[in-house]
Amino acid sequence: MTTLQPPVAAEPRPAPPPARRDRRSWTGWGFIGPFVAVFALVFLAPIVYSIYLSLFRDQLIGGTTFVGFDNYEQALQDDRFWAALGRVALFLCIQVPIMLGIALLVALALDSGRLYGKSFFRITIFLPYAVPAVVATLMWGFMYGTKYGLVGDFNSAFGWSLPDPLSPDLVLASIGNIVTWEFVGYNMLIFYSALRVIPHSLYEAAEIDGAGQWRVVTAIKLPAIRGALVIATIFSIIGSFQLFNEPNILRPLARNAITTDYTPNFYTYSLSFSGQQHNYSATVAIIMGLITMVVAYLVQLRGMRKGA
Amino acid sequence: MRRRTSRLLGGIALVTSVALGATACGGSDDGSGTEAVSAEDIQAALDKGGTVTVWSWEPTLKTVAADFQKKHPKVKINLVSERSGDKHYTALSNAVSAGKGVPDVAQLEYFSVGQYSLTKGLTDLSAYGADKLASTYTPGPWNAVTEGDQVYGLPMDSGPMALFYNKKIFDKYDVAVPTTWDEYLDAARKLHKADPKVYIANDTGDAGLTTSLLWQAGSRPYKVDGTNVKIDFDDAGAKKYEAVWQKLIDEKLLAPVTGWTDDWYKGLGDGSIATLATGAWMPANFESGVPNASGDWRAAALPAWTEGDKASAENGGSALTVPALAKNKELAYAFVEYANSGDGVATRVSEGAFPATNAELKSTEFLNKEFPYFGGQKANEIFAASAADVADNWSYLPFQAYANSIFNDTVGKAYISGTKLSDGLKSWQDASVKYGEEQGFTVEK
Amino acid sequence: MSTPVTTSVPAAPAEDSGRAKSAPRLRRAKAHRPGRPKRSKLLTALTSLVVLYTVAPLIWLAVNATKTQSGLGDSNGLWFADDFALWDNIHDTFTYHDGVFTRWLLNTLLYVVLGAGGATLLAVLGGYALAKFDFPGKRGIFATVIGAVAVPGTALAVPTFLMFSKMGLTDTPWAVVIPSLVSPFGLYLMWVFATEAIPTELLEAARMDGASEARTFFQVALPLLAPGIVTVLLFTTVATWNNYFLPLIMLKDPEWYPLTLGLSAWNSQAETVGGEVIFNLVITGSLITILPLIAAFLFLQKYWQSGLAAGSVKE
Repeated sequence: MTTLQPPVAAEPRPAPPPARRDRRSWTGWGFIGPFVAVFALVFLAPIVYSIYLSLFRDQLIGGTTFVGFDNYEQALQDDRFWAALGRVALFLCIQVPIMLGIALLVALALDSGRLYGKSFFRITIFLPYAVPAVVATLMWGFMYGTKYGLVGDFNSAFGWSLPDPLSPDLVLASIGNIVTWEFVGYNMLIFYSALRVIPHSLYEAAEIDGAGQWRVVTAIKLPAIRGALVIATIFSIIGSFQLFNEPNILRPLARNAITTDYTPNFYTYSLSFSGQQHNYSATVAIIMGLITMVVAYLVQLRGMRKGA
Repeated sequence: MRRRTSRLLGGIALVTSVALGATACGGSDDGSGTEAVSAEDIQAALDKGGTVTVWSWEPTLKTVAADFQKKHPKVKINLVSERSGDKHYTALSNAVSAGKGVPDVAQLEYFSVGQYSLTKGLTDLSAYGADKLASTYTPGPWNAVTEGDQVYGLPMDSGPMALFYNKKIFDKYDVAVPTTWDEYLDAARKLHKADPKVYIANDTGDAGLTTSLLWQAGSRPYKVDGTNVKIDFDDAGAKKYEAVWQKLIDEKLLAPVTGWTDDWYKGLGDGSIATLATGAWMPANFESGVPNASGDWRAAALPAWTEGDKASAENGGSALTVPALAKNKELAYAFVEYANSGDGVATRVSEGAFPATNAELKSTEFLNKEFPYFGGQKANEIFAASAADVADNWSYLPFQAYANSIFNDTVGKAYISGTKLSDGLKSWQDASVKYGEEQGFTVEK
Repeated sequence: MSTPVTTSVPAAPAEDSGRAKSAPRLRRAKAHRPGRPKRSKLLTALTSLVVLYTVAPLIWLAVNATKTQSGLGDSNGLWFADDFALWDNIHDTFTYHDGVFTRWLLNTLLYVVLGAGGATLLAVLGGYALAKFDFPGKRGIFATVIGAVAVPGTALAVPTFLMFSKMGLTDTPWAVVIPSLVSPFGLYLMWVFATEAIPTELLEAARMDGASEARTFFQVALPLLAPGIVTVLLFTTVATWNNYFLPLIMLKDPEWYPLTLGLSAWNSQAETVGGEVIFNLVITGSLITILPLIAAFLFLQKYWQSGLAAGSVKE
């Protein structure tokens, strides 16, 4: 869903138990050094460079001038930016619960041991994760066609008149569908793995109390995998806020519905690549990064506090 | 307060402007090139040899490059063709910004030449003798690559417009091929009424098509004089266009299929898209993309806005240019000259490219060529006539690539909601004005 | 579809051993639960709906990979066309433009070996350090990593391009490989996994015996981390295999394209004047692109699932 890397894990708030006092030394750097060095080169340096760029303005005519925080002022009053942010927020509020809900239900079904052919389900539902976003979107794009795609085929085969999935009213839902398809198995697997390692003694206790299946789910399973739920939610928030690949690849099929400022990330892309407005693009990206961090942090605080 | 800070940071700003190269100043010394380069200099460079990197997606250049290498064994042409359109311009702008990895020859569509020449990103080829080639080319393309005495590229192909129509469909429903846009509207109604699956054309908003039709209708929305720009879509020509197109949209007579997609190729093949108004380069795409409709289609003159008016317009087409930061300029020019005015032209035309050169457009061999795809029609006669009738005085914005990129954000609204086409054009105008001002142009509305 | 794990034994051996080493505070879960619930046809049917959703597009892809360019235009997308052209399409995919697809496939493999392999190595080393050492700056590292990842990558592309260009890295494989070396998710996973899987006492014992830090890591820690390493390797492989945007910016020369970029170039060939329309090869190429990953997932599933299990148990 994101462009550079797989979604990242949650902040390590419940940090691993501290290592022993006497080993506090620089030895650890010998191990983490290489990671930090490459990370500094490919993440930190461009970010620092972007922050620097965000203080300037360059023009086709007239060159570059220092403008202080003017770009930030402009971005905070930029309707296009806020509209894009609103769109991904809506996406986040609808698509993420649906995706995580399906993933959780499937994970619980798998874990319940009541399915025939469990490993078949586990692997087939996970498969879409292996499909590159480029291929997934091309594929769905072909299928969304109302004339010759799958939608068109259904219409002509059954005499239906399904609405155009790429019309302005539906295109966000269609993008949501692609994202859900790509990541439902991935999230299912995270939940399922968490369920698999719930200490068995808890179930035995529940059995003695005569708790039913549903009670076991709500009282034992869900609280036990709360960490996994929070992690998956945070991945999904970052993914939603950075939504880009899917609308970008789908745009040639729906140019009027998917505008060049459709999502914040798409907006920074257009600013930078169509408009050559690198400075303003960097500004919007930094603001977006800050917003993402704050939201992710709040979700984590809330998720961890609840019932703790 | 800010002023002082800005003076303090002036040095840094200078560094960024070099680093970012939005002004592409890195190579301006070479670019201004007042020093003449003689034919002997070029010949010497050819004898010495070297590698010329060419960024172009024009398929016919493959053969041309091979022929050129045969002729000049010491020269190697490194043709990089996997990128087109936006991705091509992104890569080019990035390379110019970095001042590194810039190709020796770059393809530019006519609408984008102005942007690169204005920012001093291109070599003035008049120093290499390109100014003497004026009479070689038809006026439209030549105007697009020149600015005063400066020549920023050699035209590779051109796109005088024609109306391609599916004869089978027109015959089946007994509808006459329209010669004016009013008749076109009538034909659209008749066809769609006869078979609701048939549309006269597809259109979901295409900046290239709209600007070309405005051009033909006599509208001149862009006036450019250096960094002074005027943008105004409120003229008589634009009114003519809006009147017809608004009806086509309101009455749902245009297929909601976007050009160049899978659906589009299918629609051209199965008769649901009955006409296509576009550049004369289209036949090659018909043959490759719509093989199953061979024999169904024909070409005709573009319908007129007023009966009897012959004015035509260009759609698409591109030039080969030599970036200011190119390393091997003599060789680069030699290749461009070979491909676009020398022997390469004949090779490219024989492979289906549509020329921008007078000699080819007037040759009987060219005019008499029968297109099996068009049922043996001598389509080039229609295209050549259109090329001769292209209306003059058209210019694009020096930031047309950006303006085109936001066309669907603005005018596109007219295709999907109740927004009037004229309001869409107005908001496109406003957004273009805003961008122009942000970029330091003096914009008159 | 057959998988190595059978349904009657929910915990595969590797999964079991992975769990046995996990956190001391967790009591070991037994492989078999008493009074295993009855299988439910209804639940199976409902879950099958989800499978239908995830697999249908892949079937569509496979069906349409059997069609010619004109067959794609003429036939219904739901079923096969009259001509079965799969073998021709595969042949054409590998021979089109002098076999450039093979080159892209090899490039992708190169990026996966260097990028995903390197990313896994760095993540394993880093995760081990975070889990088992206390060192200056440790607290800040992960917070910084998370913060950096929250900044949209598209806007960083141009600054990164300019930097890489100055270093002479653009248009070389390194421009793709170096950014792939950082996998924040991998680091997180290895951190949690190492915390659980390596008893600190074991490390202490090795050190008491006079083993160097490197030796301790390779001989004691590394074997215990194996399931986690496989998991991280698979995830970084997917990320590298599917990498699109950064190569798009960094590479101009098609000689160095990965598959994703090449397929996208083929797809947009239909948008250019005189370009040959090859949607059939795009579809077949897409199918060929995803098969190796699917195969890898199938063959290695018992390893990555156990690694992930230990990773997600942490809160």
